[in-house]
Amino acid sequence: MRPPGEENVRHNPLRSKAILSDLAGPDAPLGRRSFLTLGAALTGSLAIGGKPALADPAQGSPPADAPWSQSIGAGVVDRPYGRPADTEASVIRRNVPWLTASMESSVSFSPLQDLHGIITPNGLFFERHHAGRPDVDPAQHKLMIHGLVERPLLLTMKDILRFPSISRIHFIECPANGGMNWRAAQMNSLQFSHGMVSCAEWTGVRLSTLLEEVGVKKEAKWAMVEGADGAHMNRSLPLDKCLDDCLVVYAQNGEALRPEQGYPLRLVVPGWEGNVNIKWLRRIKLGDKPWHSREETSKYTDLMPDGTSRGFTWLIDAKSVITFPCPEKPLDGPGLYEIRGLAWTGNGKVKRVDVSMDGGINWQTARLHEPVLSKALTRFSLPWRWDGRPALVASRVIDETGYVQPTIVELRKQRGSNSVYHNNSIQTWQVKPDGSVFNVQLA
Amino acid sequence: MYSSRKIYLPIVAIVLAGGSLAGAAEPGSFGYGRVATPAQIAGWDIDVRGEDGAGLPPGKGTVDRGADVYAEQCAACHGTFGEGEGRFPKLVGGVGSLRDERPEPTVGSYWPFAPTLWDYINRAMPMPAPHTLSADDVYALTAYILNLNDLVPQEFVADRNSLPKVKMRNRDNFIWTDPRPDTMAKPCMNDCVNAADVSISSTAEGRNLTPRTTGPLDTMQPK
Ligand code: HEC
Repeated sequence: MRPPGEENVRHNPLRSKAILSDLAGPDAPLGRRSFLTLGAALTGSLAIGGKPALADPAQGSPPADAPWSQSIGAGVVDRPYGRPADTEASVIRRNVPWLTASMESSVSFSPLQDLHGIITPNGLFFERHHAGRPDVDPAQHKLMIHGLVERPLLLTMKDILRFPSISRIHFIECPANGGMNWRAAQMNSLQFSHGMVSCAEWTGVRLSTLLEEVGVKKEAKWAMVEGADGAHMNRSLPLDKCLDDCLVVYAQNGEALRPEQGYPLRLVVPGWEGNVNIKWLRRIKLGDKPWHSREETSKYTDLMPDGTSRGFTWLIDAKSVITFPCPEKPLDGPGLYEIRGLAWTGNGKVKRVDVSMDGGINWQTARLHEPVLSKALTRFSLPWRWDGRPALVASRVIDETGYVQPTIVELRKQRGSNSVYHNNSIQTWQVKPDGSVFNVQLA
Repeated sequence: MYSSRKIYLPIVAIVLAGGSLAGAAEPGSFGYGRVATPAQIAGWDIDVRGEDGAGLPPGKGTVDRGADVYAEQCAACHGTFGEGEGRFPKLVGGVGSLRDERPEPTVGSYWPFAPTLWDYINRAMPMPAPHTLSADDVYALTAYILNLNDLVPQEFVADRNSLPKVKMRNRDNFIWTDPRPDTMAKPCMNDCVNAADVSISSTAEGRNLTPRTTGPLDTMQPK
């Protein structure tokens, strides 16, 4: 027997033959069994012999092979659904344990600091439940559309899938995103200060198609939309918005909705606050007046300093945030960096993003990355040579209506600091000489 | 002029025909699903309108009966007198606090419409078993919570006629049209602020409120 060695592993003719025969099927001369035996022998030899010489990447002489380059990996359907690399285990939705009384009426935040595109992976999309995540049986789930309609309907999931389908990329943001920073900088984290926004490609049917199918009566002005969760979450929506761009969706990023995103059916109300994007959608009722449900009176209303409150503040105003650097991703010494970030607006498209490194004295316009889609997250970047001195980095978005993202000082001047919702202010990150980054607010 | 109009008209006709074939306007043109029957609708139609109580069902409940149901089904989370256990919501108090540094919005201080209380208890409470209470018990609980908040007298009987008439304290303090945009920032590019005026008013550094963002989920509680 030859001693276990590098040559044996790298150029074993038996091994390549074994792979070929394995692909050819069980009747081939070298069958699956001999392949498996050989594999076991190789693994064993690596384990006994320790690291092969060339596996140390520090040695760097090409070709330098790591252990995974000198062994055979897991086969197909080893993970029939698939999952991220084990080393990405920290990239998860996280909650603030002290924030809410129960985990069932609570929120979790997307790890924006580790995301690289405009699409949020389905397992990382932020969650907001009011009565936990129901596990709905799609065979029993139905959507009822009634009220001021000509022809009230009860639709099964099969029925809904037959309607003409449409796909759109849209963000959803909880209006309380950033709520913990209304009074002062509190959360030293991108995930916890901005992670209640996510973005996906949604597939379903236009709400207008369903409403045409039931026939809207002339007196109808509002819709009440309701979920099948324990909260029976319900909100009022103006009929105009329903007919404009709302979607009744069954899919998210190409697969069925995740249970925590409303499986099997949810409403997507592009550009409007997360709460109206009813999950586990089961009922739409048309009426002539709004309902003033608990979620649009006691909650999701904005308390002003004079004691009055604003209701029906559905729009998500333009907002942006620098995702690198951020508290979770400090700088690694002076040098050239790419500042990266996300911008979005419920008004339509992002038109421009400016970035400041000096706390808002001077601004430079960043590059917007394609695609720039209406009511979707938009990426921006700007190269920055950091000299190692303290810096205050911030971004400011301008949307296609000309609306400019305000500072927290401007917002407080209008709304005080008790309005909980709709804090879309400019986020400033303080960079210290050691590269560490902190959430700060400027006077 | 004349001849171009002649060509134009048939095109319009074709477009219209195509539209109706595709089911753009006619109700029922896809024909999918079932027409919902009145009985089916009645089973699902639980919503109540806050302002006028439209949708409130028959039935009624007293403050006393409400106290009994409340003690059994609600007090564990909301406290015997609505004061709220731990971080569970208070159902009373906060009257006159809405302009304070730390306002306390509750049914008594904040809610604009009494029928909304019936609707919410009916659809969402008690949290561990939502939508399991009888209409009478929901009326009774509504009466009890309104009474705890001094909004109705001890002998109040809640029903579909009495609830819409309860005057809530904060009813007239809501503006139901969105006044935004309420800021008018201009996108200045250079020398926008005096360097001497740039100062940090607050920092999250050292506050110890932020859970960790690596490793397993945090279980931190505030001190
Ligand atoms: C297991 C704990 C629990 C029990 C039991 C419970 N609740 Fe609640 N209740 C909650 C939580 C949590 C919320 C906040 C839910 C949210 O905001 O999503 C809430 C909210 C409410 C609110 C709205 C408060 C506001 O100002 O917006 C009312 C009213 C209420 N509950 C009434 C009741 C009644 C009546 C019962 C008994 C029939 C009851 N609850 C039982 C946990 C509970």
